[in-house]
Amino acid sequence: MTNVALDTAPARKPTFLLVNNPSVLIFLACLALFTLGVTVLAEGFGIGVVSTSFVKTLGKTLCLCLVALAMDLVWGYCGILSLGHMAFFGIGGYAIGMWLMYARTEIIVVQSLSAAPLPPTAQEISDGIAAQIFGVVGASEFPPIWAVAHSLPLQLAAVVLVPGLLALVFGWLAFRSRVTGVYLSILTQAMTLALSLYLFQNDSGLRGNNGLSGLQNLPGLGDVPQSTVSIWFFWASALALGLGYLLCVWVVSGKFGSVVRAIRDDESRVRFLGYPVEAYKLFIFTLTAVIAGIAGALYYPQAGIINPAEIAPIASIYLAVWVAIGGRGRLYGAVIGAAFVSLLSTYFTGGQAPDINLGFYTIQWVNWWTVLLGLSFVVVTLFAPKGLGGLFDFIASKRSPSRHGADLGPDAGALREKEAET
Amino acid sequence: MPVFRQFCAALLSVLFIAFAAPLAAQDADAPIQRLLQEHGEIIAKSSRRTIGPAIDALADSGLPEAQAVLERWRAKEMWFDKDTGLFIYAEEIDRRTIRTFDFANGAELGEFEDNGFKQLKPNSGIRGLIGAALVRFQLNDPNPVARAAALIAIERDADESHLAALRAVRDTEENPRLSARIDRLERILTIRFAEDDAERVAAIQSFEGDLGVDVRAALNPLVVTMMDAGTDLPNDADVARQVVPGSEVLSEAEAYGILVAKELAPPLISRAAQKAALIANIDGTSVGGIQVASLNTEARRDAAYDELVRQGRVENAATVTDVTQTVDAYVFFERYSAAAPTVALAAQAVLSGIENKVALNQTIDLGLDALSLASIYFLAAIGLAITFGVMGVINMAHGEFIMMGAYTGYVVQLFIPDYTLSIMVAIPLAFAVTFGAGVAMERLVIRWLYHRPLETLLATFGISIALQQLAKNIFGTQARPLTAPGWLDGSLVFNDIVSISYIRIAIFVLALLFLALFLIVMNRTRLGLEVRAVTQNPRMAASMGINPDRINMLTFGFGSGIAGIAGVAIGLYAKVTSEMGSDYIVQSFMTVVVGGVGNIWGTLLGATMVGTMQKGIEWLNPSNTLAAQTYMILFIILFIQFRPKGIIALKGRAAEA
Amino acid sequence: MSTLLEVSGVSVSFDGFKAINNLTFQIGEAEMRAVIGPNGAGKTTFMDIVTGKTRPDEGRVLWGEKSQSLLSMSESQIAQAGVGRKFQRPTVFEDQTVAENLMLALKKKRSPFAVLNFRASRADQERVEELAGEIGLVAALARKAGELSHGQKQWLEIGMLLAQEPRLLLVDEPAAGMTPAEREHTTEILVEAAKTRAVVVVEHDMEFVRRLDCKVTVLHEGSVLAEGSIDHVTSNEAVIEVYLGR
Repeated sequence: MTNVALDTAPARKPTFLLVNNPSVLIFLACLALFTLGVTVLAEGFGIGVVSTSFVKTLGKTLCLCLVALAMDLVWGYCGILSLGHMAFFGIGGYAIGMWLMYARTEIIVVQSLSAAPLPPTAQEISDGIAAQIFGVVGASEFPPIWAVAHSLPLQLAAVVLVPGLLALVFGWLAFRSRVTGVYLSILTQAMTLALSLYLFQNDSGLRGNNGLSGLQNLPGLGDVPQSTVSIWFFWASALALGLGYLLCVWVVSGKFGSVVRAIRDDESRVRFLGYPVEAYKLFIFTLTAVIAGIAGALYYPQAGIINPAEIAPIASIYLAVWVAIGGRGRLYGAVIGAAFVSLLSTYFTGGQAPDINLGFYTIQWVNWWTVLLGLSFVVVTLFAPKGLGGLFDFIASKRSPSRHGADLGPDAGALREKEAET
Repeated sequence: MPVFRQFCAALLSVLFIAFAAPLAAQDADAPIQRLLQEHGEIIAKSSRRTIGPAIDALADSGLPEAQAVLERWRAKEMWFDKDTGLFIYAEEIDRRTIRTFDFANGAELGEFEDNGFKQLKPNSGIRGLIGAALVRFQLNDPNPVARAAALIAIERDADESHLAALRAVRDTEENPRLSARIDRLERILTIRFAEDDAERVAAIQSFEGDLGVDVRAALNPLVVTMMDAGTDLPNDADVARQVVPGSEVLSEAEAYGILVAKELAPPLISRAAQKAALIANIDGTSVGGIQVASLNTEARRDAAYDELVRQGRVENAATVTDVTQTVDAYVFFERYSAAAPTVALAAQAVLSGIENKVALNQTIDLGLDALSLASIYFLAAIGLAITFGVMGVINMAHGEFIMMGAYTGYVVQLFIPDYTLSIMVAIPLAFAVTFGAGVAMERLVIRWLYHRPLETLLATFGISIALQQLAKNIFGTQARPLTAPGWLDGSLVFNDIVSISYIRIAIFVLALLFLALFLIVMNRTRLGLEVRAVTQNPRMAASMGINPDRINMLTFGFGSGIAGIAGVAIGLYAKVTSEMGSDYIVQSFMTVVVGGVGNIWGTLLGATMVGTMQKGIEWLNPSNTLAAQTYMILFIILFIQFRPKGIIALKGRAAEA
Repeated sequence: MSTLLEVSGVSVSFDGFKAINNLTFQIGEAEMRAVIGPNGAGKTTFMDIVTGKTRPDEGRVLWGEKSQSLLSMSESQIAQAGVGRKFQRPTVFEDQTVAENLMLALKKKRSPFAVLNFRASRADQERVEELAGEIGLVAALARKAGELSHGQKQWLEIGMLLAQEPRLLLVDEPAAGMTPAEREHTTEILVEAAKTRAVVVVEHDMEFVRRLDCKVTVLHEGSVLAEGSIDHVTSNEAVIEVYLGR
C-alpha cells in the first residue's frame, strides 16, 4: 500500500501536459469528431441533413462552452464567483460587432454614392455611414468610441484589450481592498448592472437598446452563402474551444493550479506562505475576461444581433448556473453544463417542446422552463454540489472523501471557519 | 336715421302688440335697448375687428343689465327681432320655436317661430373680447366665489383691459385674501401691460425675491435678447452682454448667420449647395476645367468652386474655411429686444435675485426628493439588514419577496375595492405571505447551507429566477396597479418650488416606523436577545436552552415579512411588475454593504447616502436617470475600495467572527 | 548574536479594548523562545502583528540586518522576507495531496508568471521526499491532505513551515492534539530548527515548554510580564498571581 502510493505520486513523474491528463485527449478527440460530424452533415460542405440555423446554434453553443470554461477557471478553481463574465463576453461581441457593422455599412454607402455625379469625399462617406448606423437613435455623428471601428485589426485587438483592461482595473480595485466571497459577487454584479444600464442609453454611442445588428453578414463576402459562413464560424468556435481548453488545462495543472486552488480553499494561508494572492487572482480574473471576450466575439456574428439585454446581470447568473450544473472545479464539467443547459433552454424556450396538458391547466414550456431551471439549480446546489461532472466520478468510482460542509477537525474545521468569514 | 328707426320700431311694436297679442310688450326705450340699438350695426356685423366699441360701450355703460346682455351674447342666446329691429334673448324650445325675453326687465315676451329672428353667433374671437369685458362685472360680483373665479380667469389669460378693471376694484375689495390676490395680479399685469416704464419698474421691483411661477413668467419675456454684431461693442443702454462665438450660446455658424443677415458677410455656401453648384456646372468630364473624378476631397471642391467664381459662372460665397476668419473680425453681443432697457435691466436684476433663491429652494426640494428616495431604499434594505446584516444569510430572492408583497397588495385590491381598507388588509397579509415564504425557504433550503455563503447565494438565485418567472406566468408581463387611498393623493406644498407628495411622506414615516420596530425587536425583546445570541455563538446559545433552529427560522421569516410590507409601500410608489424585485436588489445590497454589515444605523446612513447620491447625479444630468444609476454604482464600487467594511465598520475580533 | 526581530512600543486596540499594550520584544538570529500567558494575554494578536495580519495603532516592528519595517509590508511580502507561521488549528489544503502541499511551501519564486513556468526539478522532488521523511508522511505523499488525521495535519503543517525555510518560525500551540510520542518528536524538530533560525513557540503546556529548554516570555494583558528561564519565571510572584489568581 505504502509503496504503491509512493509510486503513483503525480509529482514524481516528469511528464508532458497531455500524457498527464488523459481526459484532455478524450475531450479534444470528442470535439474533433463532433466538428467533423457536423461538417459532414451540414449544408455548407456536407450532405445537408443539419440545417444552417442549427449549425449556428451549435456554433453558438461552442462559444458558450468557452465562456463557461472561463467561468469555471475563475469560480471553480479560483473561488471568485464572478457575475461579470457575460459582460466581458458582451463587450467582445460589441467590439467585433462595431467593425462588422461599420464595414458593411461602408460598402453600402460607397455603393450608393458611386452613382452620384461627383466622387464622394471622405467626409461624405463617413457622414453617410454615421447616418445609416445612428439614425435609429437620432444621431448622425460617430461617437468617439467608434474611432477605430474602420480597422479590423484594431477592433480585434479591442476584443481582447477592452475586457482585459476592464477586468484588470476592476479586479485591481476589488482585490486590493480584499473584497472577497459574496461581497465580491455583489460587486461584480453591480459592475455588470452599471455597464448594461450605460449601454441602454441612446447616447452611449452603441445604439442604446437597439444594439448592433446584421452581424451575420461578413463585409465583402456578400456572395458567400450563410450555410458556408456558418460552417466557418463553427470551425472557428470549435478551434477556439479546443485551444481554450488546452490553455485552461495548462493553467490549472501543475504548481500554478495548485496555488490557485489553495487560494480558493484558504486565501490567507496562501498569503502566509508568501504568495501574492491578489496578483494570482488578478491574473486569473483578467485571463478569463479575455477568454470571455473572445468567446463573445465568435458568438455574436453567429447570433447576428447584440443588445444591452444580453449583458444584464441575469446572463452572468445563468452562466454560473451552467457551470454549477455541469460541475465546477472540473473543466469538462463546465463544457458539459453549458452545452447541456443552453441546448435544453433553446429547445424549451424555442417553442418546439410539446406542451403538457394536465386537463385543468396546460403547461407551456416557454413559460415554465425558467421556473424549472431555477428550481433545478436549487436542487443541484443542495444535493449535487459536484453537478453533472460528479456523475463521471461516480462512474469511474474515483471516490475521494468529500468533506465539504462537514467538520474537518476536532473543532469547527478550518475550511468551514474560512467560509464563515467571507 | 336712428330716429326713424326708432319710430319704425315703435310703430312695429304697436302693431305687434295689436296682432300677436304677446304676454308683455317690449320696452324699446329702455336704456339698455337704446344702447344696443346705437351699436346695432356693428353688433349685427359681428366682426372681431370692429366689434370693440360696442363691447366697450356696454361694459362702460354702468347699466345693471349690461352684464346679462354680455353673458347672453357670449352664450349665443341674443337674437335680433327682424320685425321690431330690437335685440332680445331667447331660449330654444325646439328646432323651430323660441321663447323670447326682454333684456330690460327679463320679462317673457312669448313663443315664436324662429324665422322672424336672427340669432347672433359671435365667433371665438369676439367671445374672448366679451369674456374680458365680463371679467370687470365679475370682479364686482357680490359673491366672493364669483370674484375669485374672475381672478382665476385673468390669471389664466390676461389682457391689457384687465389692468384697468383690477385697478378699479383694488381699493374696494373687502375680502382680505382676494384683496391680496388682486394686488398681486395688478402688479403682474402692470409689468406686462403698463405703458409707463417707471410704473413697470416699480412693479418689477416689488417682486424682489418672490418665488412665484407667475412672476418669472411675467419677467422672463422682458429680458429676451437678440443677437447683434458689430466691429466694436456699442455703448448703448440696451446691450445686455457680449457673447463669444463658438460658445454654447452662440455657435460659430450662428454667429456667421448674424453677419450674413446684417449683410456684413457673403452668404455661406453649404457643402451640399456647393456640390449642387458643381454638379450643375459639369461640362462633360470636368468642372471649370478640373476633372470630375478628382473632386473627392473638400479642398479640391473648394478649388473647383473658386474656379467657377473666377469664370463668373456662380455667385461668390464663403466656404466653411472662411467662416472663422470672418467671425473673428466682429464683436457679438445681445440686445434687450422685448422691453425698454430700464425695464429689462430691472427685470434682469430681480430675476437673478429670484434665481438665487430658486436655487436654494431647489436644493431643499432636491433634499426632500433624496430623503424620500432614501426611505424607499431603506425600506427595501431593512429586511436585508436582518437576514444579511444580522444573520449573515445572503438572500438573492429578497427582491422577489418585495415583489410578492406588492402582488399581495394588488390581489387584495381586486377583492376589496375600498383603497384605504384594502391597504390596511394588504399590509398584514403581505407580512404573513412573505413571512411564510421566508420560513419555508429557510427550512427547505437555507438551513442546509449555513456558513456556505456562496452556495446560499446560488441557491437563492435559483429561487429568485423561479419566483420571477412564476409571477410572470400568473400575473403576466404588464405592470399591475396598486392604488393608494385618496387621502394620500396630492402634495404638501411649501411654495411654488418646494413640495412633497403625501405618499412620499407616508413612505418616509413607514421607514421610520420600521427603524423603530427593528430597534425595539432587536434590543428590547426576548426574541432580539436570542437572535443576537444565536448569531454570535450558536453552540453557546443552544447550551443556554435557546433553540437556534427556531430562532433562525423566525428571524429569517421576520426579515422576509418586512420585505413584504416594503413591497406594498414600493408598489404604491411605483408599478407592480415581476421584475420590480430585481430593480431593487442590487441597490439594497449596496445600501447594506455601504452602511456596514450588521448595523442598522449603518443601513440608514447607507440608504441616505445612496439616495442623496442618486438624486444629486440626476440633478447634474437631469435628462438621464439611467446614467445616474450607472454613475452611482460606479461611485459605490469606488467607495467600497476606501471603506471595504462600510460607513460604520466593526473593528477587531468582532468583525472577524 | 544579532537581533533578527525587534518589536518596540507596539499597541493595538479593538473597539477600545487594548489587546496589545506597549509591547516590546526581541529575538536573535538562532534562538528559541517560548511565549506563554493566560487567555487574552495577546499572544495570537502579537503573531498577527508580526505576520502583517493586524496593523498596530503605534509602535515599530523591525526585521533583519537592515532593520526593515514590517509594518509597511503585506502578509505575503513578510512571509517572503522569511517569517513563517503555523496556526493554532492545522490549516493545510485539504483538497490537495501531501506532496502538492509541500511543493507549494518550497522556497521558490512566488510571482504568478514564475509559478506558471515552474516545473519541479529532480532536486525539488527529493527535497519534498526528504521533508516528508522528517515529518513521517512519506507513505502519505499521494494522499489528499483532507484524509489525514488531526496529528498528521499538524505534522504536515510543520513540514510546510520547514519547506519555506523561514528565518523566523512562529509556532502557535504545536503540540495540541498530539500523543506524548508525537510531542517528543515535535520538540526534536523545533530544537533542531532553532539551531539555524529563530523560533517563537506559543504554548500553554508548561511541561512542553520546559522540555524546549529555552528563554520564556510571559505575556499578560498585552505586555511583557516577565522574561527569563522557565524556572525564573515560574518562581516570579507576579506570574504566579496571574496564572493562579488570588
